[in-house]
Amino acid sequence: MNRREFFKRSLTIAGSLLIARNSNASDQPLSVYSTQNKANKKNWEKFEELKKTNSQIDESYAVLVDITKCIGCRRCEWACNEWNKNPNRPVKEFEASKDEKPSVFDRVRRTHAGEFTVVNRFHSKNKPVYVKKQCMHCAEAACLNACFVDAFKKTPQGAVLYNPSLCVGCRYCMIACPFDIPAYEYYNALTPQITKCTMCFDRVTDGKVPACVESCTSDALIFGKRSEMLKLAYNTINKNPERYINHVYGEHEAGGTNWLYISQIPFEKLGFPELDKTPIPAHSKSFLFTVKVLEVVAAAPLVWGAYYMISKNRSKKEGKKDE
Amino acid sequence: MSNWFNEKILLGMNCREYISKHATLLNFMALIILCFSFYAMAYRLIYGLGPATNLSDTYPWGFWISFDILAGIALAAPGLTVGTVVYLFGAKDYKHFARPAILSSLLGYIFAVFALMFDLGRYYRVFYVIGWSWGLNSILFLIAWHFFLYIIICLIEWFPAFFEWLGIEKAKNFFSKLGIWATVFGVIIAGGHQSALGGLFLVAPTKIHPLWYSALLPLFFLVSALFAGISMVIIESTISHKVFRDQLKTFDRADFDNKTLGLAKALVIILFVYLILKVLDLTHYNNWHYLKSEYGYWYLLEVVGFVLAPALVLINSVKNKKVKLVRFTTFWVVTGVILNRFNVSLIAYNWYIPLQEKYYPTWMEIALSLGVVTLIVLFYRFIVRRMSILS
Repeated sequence: MNRREFFKRSLTIAGSLLIARNSNASDQPLSVYSTQNKANKKNWEKFEELKKTNSQIDESYAVLVDITKCIGCRRCEWACNEWNKNPNRPVKEFEASKDEKPSVFDRVRRTHAGEFTVVNRFHSKNKPVYVKKQCMHCAEAACLNACFVDAFKKTPQGAVLYNPSLCVGCRYCMIACPFDIPAYEYYNALTPQITKCTMCFDRVTDGKVPACVESCTSDALIFGKRSEMLKLAYNTINKNPERYINHVYGEHEAGGTNWLYISQIPFEKLGFPELDKTPIPAHSKSFLFTVKVLEVVAAAPLVWGAYYMISKNRSKKEGKKDE
Repeated sequence: MSNWFNEKILLGMNCREYISKHATLLNFMALIILCFSFYAMAYRLIYGLGPATNLSDTYPWGFWISFDILAGIALAAPGLTVGTVVYLFGAKDYKHFARPAILSSLLGYIFAVFALMFDLGRYYRVFYVIGWSWGLNSILFLIAWHFFLYIIICLIEWFPAFFEWLGIEKAKNFFSKLGIWATVFGVIIAGGHQSALGGLFLVAPTKIHPLWYSALLPLFFLVSALFAGISMVIIESTISHKVFRDQLKTFDRADFDNKTLGLAKALVIILFVYLILKVLDLTHYNNWHYLKSEYGYWYLLEVVGFVLAPALVLINSVKNKKVKLVRFTTFWVVTGVILNRFNVSLIAYNWYIPLQEKYYPTWMEIALSLGVVTLIVLFYRFIVRRMSILS
C-alpha cells in the first residue's frame, strides 16, 4: 500500500463512519441527503415564461433508449448531475464503476433526491445489460393526477414538470407512480421538494437535447419527435429482428410515455413494471365519477327522502297508538 | 372570571384541589407518553422526516398514514353509524349512544388531521388545498375537502352540548335545529371519504398485492368502517359506563346490555356483507391461487381470523345473550380493521420487495402516534366530565 492508497482508504473509512452515525443510513447513497434542488424551480419558471409567449408545439418529444447499445459508462448520470446542479463526482469515477468490485452496479438502484437518473446492471446469459432509469414522462401521468394541489403539469414538449411553490409534501405522487420515480428531500425539515427528471425542459426549449442524451457516446440515447422516435424504434427492430424483441416499451405502457425503450430481452427481466395500456389515472376515474354523481346529485335527496318516509311512518304509527 | 374558571373548567375545585385529585398513576403514565410524543414532534419539526422516521423513497407513506389516518379514521366512524341511525332514522332507543359517538368522531378527525401535520412535508401549506390550488382529479383532494367539511359537521352536531355547558341557550337551540341537516350531510360526506381512503390506493394497481388490490377497495373501506364504527360504539360505551358511572343519573344495566346486543346484531350483518363482497372479489379477479402463498396465508388470517371468526362468535353470543363476550369480540373486530389498513397500505404495498428491505417504523413514529391517542382520550374525558354527553 503506497501513501496515496493509504490516505484514500482512511478517508473512505472516516467518511463511512460519519455517515453510519445515522443508524440505517450507511447503506444509502449520499444523494438521499441532498436538498435544496434548483432544477425544479428553474424549469417551472421557464414553463411559466413560455406560456406567456403562446408558442405552438405540434408534437411532443421523446428519448429513445436502445438498451443493447448502452455500455454502462454512467456518463449520463454525471451529465444529469452536472446540468441540474446535483451533488457530483468526477466523471472518471462514474466510468470506472463498471469494472470495480464491489461496484454500484451490485445492487439495483432507484432515483433519489439528488439523483434524477441511475443506470442499473442486469444479466442475460452471463452478459451484462445496462438499463437507464429516470422519469418516463407519461402522457397521462399518475403523479400529476394524484397531486391534490395540482403541482404537476404535462408540457406540450412532453416533459412532466413539478411546481415546488405549490407542493404540500404529501408524497401521494410517489405512491401513484408505477415506475417508482419521484423522490423526496427527506432531510430538509422546512422546504422539502419532490425531485425527478425534468427531461431537461430548460435545454429542450432552448433547442438543445437533454444533458444525458448529449453526453451519451454509444448512441444508446436518441432525442427527437415522439412519432419519429417510434418509427426509428420499429425500423431498428425490423432490421435486426434476431437482435431485438418486438416491443417498444413506453409506446402503450400506462397510456404511453415520452421515454421509449427497445431491448434484446423481455422488459420484465430488466426491472420494468408490467403495465397494460390503461393510464394509471383511469383506475381512479370511475370512482371519482361515482362519488361526484352520488354526492352532488343523488345522495342528499335520497337520504332526506328516507328520513322523511321513516318519520312519516312513525308519526302515523304513533297516531294510531294514540287513538 | 376566576369563579367561572373554577366552576366550568376545574369542576368547582380550586387549582390545588384539581391537581392533587388528578395525581393518579394513569395520569402519570399519560404524562410520560406525552413527553416522548412531544419530543418526537419537536424532533421531526426541527430535523425533518429523514432522521425522525424510516420513510424512504420506496416507502413514502409509513406508520403515520396507516395508523393515524387509515385506521384512525375508520375507528372514528361511530359518528357516521350511530349519528345516522339515531338522528336520521329515529332509532330513539339508541339516543344516548349518539352524543358520545359524535364526540369521538369529532376528536378522532381533529387529531387525525393534527397527526397528519407531522407527516406533511410542508404542513404550513395545508390550507392550499382548501382555497388556493385545486387538484380536482385527485382522490386525496376529495379526502382533504371531506375531512374539512366533516369536521365542521361534527362541530355543528357537538355544539348543542357545548353551548349548553356555556349556558348560551340561543346558540344551543340554533345548533339543535341545524342538527338534522348536519346529519344528512354527515352521512354523505362520511360515506364519501371513508370509501375514498380505500380509493387512494386505486392508483397503485401494480404495487399492491393482487389479494388486496381491487376496484372494490373503496367499498371495502366503507363497509369495514361501518363495522369498525359500531364496534367502537360498543367499546366506548363499555369503557365510559365504567369510568364515568357517577355521571349517569339513571343507568339501567339490563337495558344497556340489550342495546349492546342490538348493536351486535347490526355488526354481524355488516360483517357478513363484507365477507360476501370479499369472496366475490376473489372470484372476480380469479385470485384463489394466490391463497397458497405466504401473502395468501396472511390474507386468510385477516379475513378468516379477524372477520369470519369474530362474526361467528358474535352470532353465538347474541343468541345466548353473552354481553361480555360481545364486548370482547368488538375489540377483536377493531384489531382486524387496523390490521386491514396496515395490510393495504404497508404490507401488501411493494409486496415484491424482499422482507429485509421493507419499512418498519422508528420509535419516534410510534411515540408520536401513541401521544395523539393519549390526547384523544384526555380530551374526551375532559369534555365528558363537563358537558352533557353521556346523560
